[in-house]
Amino acid sequence: MKAGSMKDEGGLAMRVVLHPSSFILALLAAWHFAVVATGTKIFPSPLDVLRGLNDLPHLGAYTRDSLFRVFCGYVAAVILGIPAGLALGWWSWLAKAANPLIQMLRPISPLAWMPLAVIWFGVSNLAPIFLIFLASFFPVVLAAMNGVRNVPPMYVQAGRNFGLSTTALMTRVIFPAVLPRILVGLRIAFGVAWLVLVAAEMIAVDSGLGYLIIDARNAGKRYDLVVGGMLLIGVIGLLLDALIRRAERMKFVKWAFTE
Amino acid sequence: MKVVFRNIGMSFGAAGQANHIRVLDDISLSVAAGEFVCLLGPSGCGKSTLLNIAGGFIQQVEGEVAIDGEPVTGPDPRRIFVFQERGVFPWLTVEQNIGFGLFDKTEAEKRERVAHYVQLVGLKGFEKSYPRELSGGMKQRLEVARALAVNPDVLYLDEPFGALDSITRLQMRRELLRIWQAERKTILFVTHDIEESVQLADRVVVLSARPGRVRRIVDIDIPHPRDLSDPRYIALRDEIFGEIGLAHQV
Repeated sequence: MKAGSMKDEGGLAMRVVLHPSSFILALLAAWHFAVVATGTKIFPSPLDVLRGLNDLPHLGAYTRDSLFRVFCGYVAAVILGIPAGLALGWWSWLAKAANPLIQMLRPISPLAWMPLAVIWFGVSNLAPIFLIFLASFFPVVLAAMNGVRNVPPMYVQAGRNFGLSTTALMTRVIFPAVLPRILVGLRIAFGVAWLVLVAAEMIAVDSGLGYLIIDARNAGKRYDLVVGGMLLIGVIGLLLDALIRRAERMKFVKWAFTE
Repeated sequence: MKVVFRNIGMSFGAAGQANHIRVLDDISLSVAAGEFVCLLGPSGCGKSTLLNIAGGFIQQVEGEVAIDGEPVTGPDPRRIFVFQERGVFPWLTVEQNIGFGLFDKTEAEKRERVAHYVQLVGLKGFEKSYPRELSGGMKQRLEVARALAVNPDVLYLDEPFGALDSITRLQMRRELLRIWQAERKTILFVTHDIEESVQLADRVVVLSARPGRVRRIVDIDIPHPRDLSDPRYIALRDEIFGEIGLAHQV
């Protein structure tokens, strides 16, 4: 039994760490040799990328600016989206009234809002924050709304039976029952928020990882920095996703993820 | 009388329409305080609906349910409805579940009651466990404890042991009787299991198929603990089998 579980842990370490990292190393090597073999002067090798990023003095500030904007837009979406979704899920007349509007707005890419964002918020952090907010708002709303609709009716009935007011029912029954679904929505929303970062930083600002990519290309065809910016966005996205995923292991939501 | 049903009737769909279904028809029944009554009937006879009406969860009905002479107008913590074990809150621990309805009590009283009911339903040692870590029978006992903790007069149990295996179900019946004798609550217990009703109840109310009507009320005049090979037990059981129109052979 003990030996078996030890072996499982070893297998887990292999699958989680060893396999992916050797896969990445193999790809990096293939990339490196492809650049060397073709003798390209435009496309950078992995080492060029590393050197380019290393020589960039304001990389830390750019990363911080990007994280700040994603954080603001995302948190605003979460703070407004969860109550909105709960309300839409609870009052079906509200959902019926709002649904056409939601379904109409949802397929409009956040990028289409860029010109409007600039006239509304001008040249400031607010324009990209607004775009990130828009992108992450709908996944949060929909997750909370569908969550409420799927709460087993007997939880609500039990809550009412114990004499809970509607407010108490919301906070003590509906919210905890919906929380696992909301967490899934939060992860999806975060993915989308991070996804639109590059586009959001194409306008109105002159810092950030998205700006780095656009600027490196426009200013000097620095493809080492373009690729470096891309990789950095990917790696930070991966780390933050892992962080959000940890929330799914909290003991009062674990029931929904293990059964 | 504790719970009095007066001429309860209920239909789904408008009268005269194709989708009109008569679910319950002219049900009158009185349940004394501390009495254990089983509502027995085939699936779809409206027995769960009748229990939901008594619980105050369904209100647009003909007739009236009164408890202590007061008409039922909605759910009330003095009468708690117990579902199959799926009704416990999976995001709360055992003690948090039991304490769920005690929000108007002081911390000290809450702690004391939770401890008492943890003990009563035999969940000692599992106070900090979550429902997903418990067996079906333990979850069912947890739900009963959560209901008893608010000190209701009446418990409504809607096929509470339906999802359990047959051995656990037998143990749960014994447990429920033990708890009932300790706490002396009025119990209305819905089941489609004839044996179950004869093992548990003071009286078995046999309902007809849809629309549900009271066909017969059978007094089970056997003291607890009941011997399942007692001729009286077998006679009463067979009487109900006969009433429902089932042969004694499988």
